[in-house]
Amino acid sequence: MSLAPSNRVIGKAAILCVLAIALTGCSANWGWYVVSPTTTSGMNNLLFLLGGLRYTLLLSITAILISIALGLLVALPGLSQNRYLKLFNRTYVEFIRAIPILVMILWVYYGLPQLGNIQIGVFWAGVIALALSDSAFQAEIFRAGIQSIHRGQYEAAQSVSLNYVDTMRFVILPQAIKRILPALGNQLVYMLKMSSLVSVIGMQELTRRANELVVTEYRSLEIYTILVLEYLVLILIVSAGVRWLERRMRADERG
Amino acid sequence: MEKAIVTQGNDALASANDAKPIITMEGVSKWFGEFQVLKNINLEVATGEKLVVCGPSGSGKSTVIRCINHLESHQQGRIVVDGTELTDDARNIQTVRQEVGMVFQQFNLFPHLSVIENLMLGPVRARKLSRSEARQRAEFYLERVHIPEQADKYPGQLSGGQQQRVAIARSLCMEPRIMLFDEPTSALDPEMISEVLDVMTELAQSGMTMICVTHEMGFARRVADTMVFMDAGEIVEKAEPETFFGSPRSERCQKFLQQILGH
Repeated sequence: MSLAPSNRVIGKAAILCVLAIALTGCSANWGWYVVSPTTTSGMNNLLFLLGGLRYTLLLSITAILISIALGLLVALPGLSQNRYLKLFNRTYVEFIRAIPILVMILWVYYGLPQLGNIQIGVFWAGVIALALSDSAFQAEIFRAGIQSIHRGQYEAAQSVSLNYVDTMRFVILPQAIKRILPALGNQLVYMLKMSSLVSVIGMQELTRRANELVVTEYRSLEIYTILVLEYLVLILIVSAGVRWLERRMRADERG
Repeated sequence: MEKAIVTQGNDALASANDAKPIITMEGVSKWFGEFQVLKNINLEVATGEKLVVCGPSGSGKSTVIRCINHLESHQQGRIVVDGTELTDDARNIQTVRQEVGMVFQQFNLFPHLSVIENLMLGPVRARKLSRSEARQRAEFYLERVHIPEQADKYPGQLSGGQQQRVAIARSLCMEPRIMLFDEPTSALDPEMISEVLDVMTELAQSGMTMICVTHEMGFARRVADTMVFMDAGEIVEKAEPETFFGSPRSERCQKFLQQILGH
């Protein structure tokens, strides 16, 4: 196996694409002309669809970064001995986890502005909704990861007189993050997929653009097939990236 | 830095004479739930003194030394370390921990950091040394535990004996006045025990105040000024090594020594 792992994944994706198109292309009901790069209108349509990638990525990445930070902030009180801090953690997690993402998006975009005179754009409404929803899961992932670190590590850090923040920052979190990386990767994939829901409030990401094109071109089969492949390729690349990161971090440990 | 250690040695000798205790425990009791692990512990350790604590497992000997740098809190009595009383005040705890180094049975090195980074973390973050000062100091103490060549390796690449010596160096980098050892050789393969004990003996000779929980009786005979035997959360016997090993008074201590020396 001389191919690099990421090449292997892209290879797999390419095979799947060809397979899908070949299989479906056999039937007379297909009209690939809508997205054929050989015609001007086809090319325009294709570029329009692919253009959503930028927003999907921007939305998902911004949201996941915020949700990781939020998740950590919620996880730490959950690990404290203090009853009230623990209660805060439990309440946040249980409450946020109970709200469907779609409902959260609708509430943030249509509901929240009526609370005060706040104006939230589509992008930030999407980011806030996705980040809030995901943060409850991130908090649980962080809590489990931090709890898995042996007590001796805290004691060693305390015995060289590190304070709480330094203990977390230099001793506990670097080890915990290594352990929860597969779970964080999962969340990123999940986030990329859930970002499609933000299409309902008009965010011009992959799914919204596909929907808009279907309305004008009436070729839902071809356009949604392209949409499926867009997500597939995107997520395969992300998975490969996460796995590469895991391997690299494990190699670090050995030196 | 060489000088610092020499001075510390002299200090220790000087103040050992005026016999002002650097650690005082008065009537210390502790419970884990209903179970009383420490029962009215009274103990004084003079500057420069080497104390070896032994006793059957579950006798509370580890708990005693873990109370001294507040890894465990006590519920009754007073613990004063180098003039600072251990209360729940976080500042006091921090002050004491800067003066007290601790070596654990399981080494507890930071696996994600290289040896030199393990040594530098405390001095840089808690002692506020610059990185270059901390590195110099780390190299110095690695030399003292005889493994300067392992500086850039990770703990997982070292043998148990080497890891424990790194752990000792990590504590020394904080330049503590007191070193606590919690069964430092119990997790080691037999052939690695002596390299760790040698380092500890050298440290003892430099005048460091040391409290060691250990079953290495040969080391205890060589190094200890005072032997302490604990059983069921109490200090049962406290004596100089000669008396302790030659004519232990209590029956429990006699029995324990027979078991441990008898094989």
